[in-house]
Amino acid sequence: MGALNVIVLVSLVYVAMLFCVAFAADRAAARGRGTWLRSPIVYTLSLSIYCTAWTFYGAVGFAARSGLEYLTIYLGPTLVMVGWWWTLRKMVRVGRSQRITSIADLISSRFGKSNALAVFVTVLAVIASTPYIALQLQSVTISFAAFAAVDPTHTGEISETGVALWVAIGLMVFTILFGTRNLDANERHHGLVMAIALEAVVKLCALLAVGIFVVWGLAGGVEQTLARIDQSAIARWEVPGSRWVGLTLLSAAAFMCLPRMFQVMVVENEEEGHLRTASWAFPTYVMLMSLFVVPIAAVGLDLSPAGANPDLFVLTLPLENGQEGLAVLSFLGGFSSATSMVIVAAIALSTMVSNHVVMPVWLHMTGGSAVVSGDVRAVAIRARRLSIMVILFLGYLYFRVSGGGAALAAIGLISFVGVAQFLPALLGGLFWRGANRRGALAGLAVGFAVWMYSLFLPSFGASAVMPQGVLENGLLGLAWLRPQALFGAAGMDPVVHAFMWSLSLNIVVFVFVSLISFPQPVERLQGAQFVNVFDHSAPSGGWTGGLVQSEDLMIMAQRIMGAQEAQALFGEVAREQGMSGYLPEPTPDFLSRLERSLAGSVGAATAHAMISQIVGGASVSVQDLMAVADETAQIMEYSSQLEMKTEEQARTARQLRQVNEKLTQISVQKDAFLSQISHELRTPMTSIRAFSEILRDGGEMPPEGQRRYASIIHDEAIRLTRLLDDLLDLSVLENAQIVLNLEEGNLGALLDRAETAAGLSDNSMTVGRDAGADQVRLYTDTNRLAQVFINLMSNARKYCDADAPRLDIRVAERDGMLLVDFIDNGSGIPAGQQGTIFEKFSRVSENKAGGAGLGLAICREIMARLGGGVEYLPGQTGGAFRVYLPVAEAGAAEAAQ
Amino acid sequence: MSPKRGSVFLARRAYFQRRAMDAARLLPVLGAGIFVLPLLWKSGDGARTVMVMFYIFLCWTALIGLGWIVSRRLSGPDADVNRDPAGDANEQVHVSREG
Repeated sequence: MGALNVIVLVSLVYVAMLFCVAFAADRAAARGRGTWLRSPIVYTLSLSIYCTAWTFYGAVGFAARSGLEYLTIYLGPTLVMVGWWWTLRKMVRVGRSQRITSIADLISSRFGKSNALAVFVTVLAVIASTPYIALQLQSVTISFAAFAAVDPTHTGEISETGVALWVAIGLMVFTILFGTRNLDANERHHGLVMAIALEAVVKLCALLAVGIFVVWGLAGGVEQTLARIDQSAIARWEVPGSRWVGLTLLSAAAFMCLPRMFQVMVVENEEEGHLRTASWAFPTYVMLMSLFVVPIAAVGLDLSPAGANPDLFVLTLPLENGQEGLAVLSFLGGFSSATSMVIVAAIALSTMVSNHVVMPVWLHMTGGSAVVSGDVRAVAIRARRLSIMVILFLGYLYFRVSGGGAALAAIGLISFVGVAQFLPALLGGLFWRGANRRGALAGLAVGFAVWMYSLFLPSFGASAVMPQGVLENGLLGLAWLRPQALFGAAGMDPVVHAFMWSLSLNIVVFVFVSLISFPQPVERLQGAQFVNVFDHSAPSGGWTGGLVQSEDLMIMAQRIMGAQEAQALFGEVAREQGMSGYLPEPTPDFLSRLERSLAGSVGAATAHAMISQIVGGASVSVQDLMAVADETAQIMEYSSQLEMKTEEQARTARQLRQVNEKLTQISVQKDAFLSQISHELRTPMTSIRAFSEILRDGGEMPPEGQRRYASIIHDEAIRLTRLLDDLLDLSVLENAQIVLNLEEGNLGALLDRAETAAGLSDNSMTVGRDAGADQVRLYTDTNRLAQVFINLMSNARKYCDADAPRLDIRVAERDGMLLVDFIDNGSGIPAGQQGTIFEKFSRVSENKAGGAGLGLAICREIMARLGGGVEYLPGQTGGAFRVYLPVAEAGAAEAAQ
Repeated sequence: MSPKRGSVFLARRAYFQRRAMDAARLLPVLGAGIFVLPLLWKSGDGARTVMVMFYIFLCWTALIGLGWIVSRRLSGPDADVNRDPAGDANEQVHVSREG
């Protein structure tokens, strides 16, 4: 059997094994088992898709041409990984918390979910990656050709395009099978990552094996190898500084920006902690990958015939030295490098193409009527598969068109410069809140244009795409626009030249446009979320199985629903799932049920955000935040209503307390009143009883004595009657049972009447009146009003203690009230008693003869009924009372007439 | 800023984690310096590929070793201590208020 057949067979067996590994890993992941799938080592190995066939074969070729310069391609990523704390940590955190699916998604999410930006990044990524995919197909093809060349049984040329086609189809099938199995929200592909990790091991082992064979097998030891290097064409350290620094920066930039690197580094990341391991493990991997490159190159240059392709030394050295087994291993290493790169690149690009190009177009065409979720899922998967086919076909097409002639490394670097254009938008978006969409778009457009003009189009060769004249004399004959000597920067390496100009102009335009334009609200919100991601998002949770998540959910639910309710709910679900205890599996049913329960407490959007934070490891999106804000507003409104109600209740309680106090006072007053009244009634009754007993038992008593006693009894009976009359009167007044007899009257006449009735007309007291002011019309119950006047006048007569008693009656009108003041020239009422004189049974002094102390109380009640009042007027010449009643009553009288 | 930032003196463990973070930030700077250094060497007699190769691979190994030490120092449950703790606190208050 010939070597070619062996190689075909081995490839097929190898691919079948990869299928099995991917399938088994997917099954294990689906069953929630296989924590080994989530180990940091697998993550680190998956990062090794950075080392494509270009680095596997091409690095040796690179070293054979330019010595140690090939190291820059590894040193850049090493520095990025070692500096993971600066950038990668943030990228991964943002990617996880925002459910980022690709680098286009990251950039567009950061800049306000702009689809224009996403489409632009997607197109740029496809243009930059297609040659790279073609490169992988080419490397597999030429490695087949290398085997065919030494196969004695094989006659004639093998069809390069045929091999490339079959490889492309095989990769297409594999990618579609394992890359589009599910539309997982987190876009993780366990089986695929596992297969890639396995391929990483194969390519490392292959390169190390070839290196060991070359050093100890061919060269005869370390010292001899070093001697050969010293004697070879690459013995001198002659790397130009610009290329050394420029290519290191370029590879560092590309490492962060390549869509496939973003896919494995951010999207497929299981846990942030893996990055910590990868920070030293990945540099170790690439260091080992590059360890034997210079020895292989030097020995290859020494042993191979002149004109041999140094890109294939890794394969040809074992092959030509009779180590077919090693050659097959080496072939598998290159094959692994090529296939893993193509698969991941195809997945990353197809995700971008379907999410940002196909789906929006489809939704637009169907008028956005896709309300059925299953419908969209099917379309999305079909779009993804279609995109994979298109991308691989494009790669194949590029390979056919370009003819596979160019040196491998050249295309790789051109592609790197293309994707490096994402760097300003990526880092600016992560670290600068002022970066905005217009800036990112403008920067990307300028960088892309410069890359196309100065590197990509000239790379097809003179006159292929770009006319020779433009290449030599610049666009429109302007010398400073020469593609490879922009702005007079002649004599630079084309790649470094293009990298420098495209990235510099990209950054300048990005920053400038960001500074002068104003971002949209969503952009600003997303900007804050991205830049301050460590303030907002929790470090990613364990992802180490269902129970931990359930426990987290339980802790959260207890906090919100209360411990007992939460335990009851969890316990019930656990029993339904046939488990004991309180921690059920976090099935979708259970989660939606829990979400509904929580929504009752905190609102639907908040509940959703909380659960997804624990289960999905994702933070809230803008829409979530807005929904939360709405709910919060509702809750705040509700709580303000509650607050109002509480205030009202407090008010009512205060009022109730006041009423209660009043009632207590009234009860006390009632008791006092009863004791007073019994006292008042008892005094006359006692004397009546005593004197009537004397009369009954008197026997011999002179008639004048009998008359005296009888008159005392009579007086006391009259006093008693008057007291009872007063009490009755007061009771009627207080209970508002009084019927007012409203009639027209004249104040002067009323006062005259009262004066006579009060006994003031006997000149015992001088009465001062202003006859003119008295003439006021009244419309009121004149009899009642006269009663008040009489009471006040007789009080003045009784209590005025002046030598020449005098009563002044003044009438005035103020604020719609008729004021009648009764002012005597006595000593007045002591200040301490002024407040109580209107109360029942209150008397100014006990020694003065008088009534029961009901007079003023009755006055007060009468005046209240008449719509006015009576009050003591302090600060006058003596005792002073003011009676007031509304003038409107008087006016009404006129109207009535 | 958060009042919790106010604490000047940290526990020994947290202190070393902070220093590990500083180291993690400085490591790529150190690496860049190391890898640029050979450019200063005169080609010809002074610097030969073999020498530079030894230098770079040794430094590379040392850098990896340092990275390993730093990443081990950074591990632990509260490796993320530079995160603003106010965010969590606010959320808890929020939840308990509504709950």
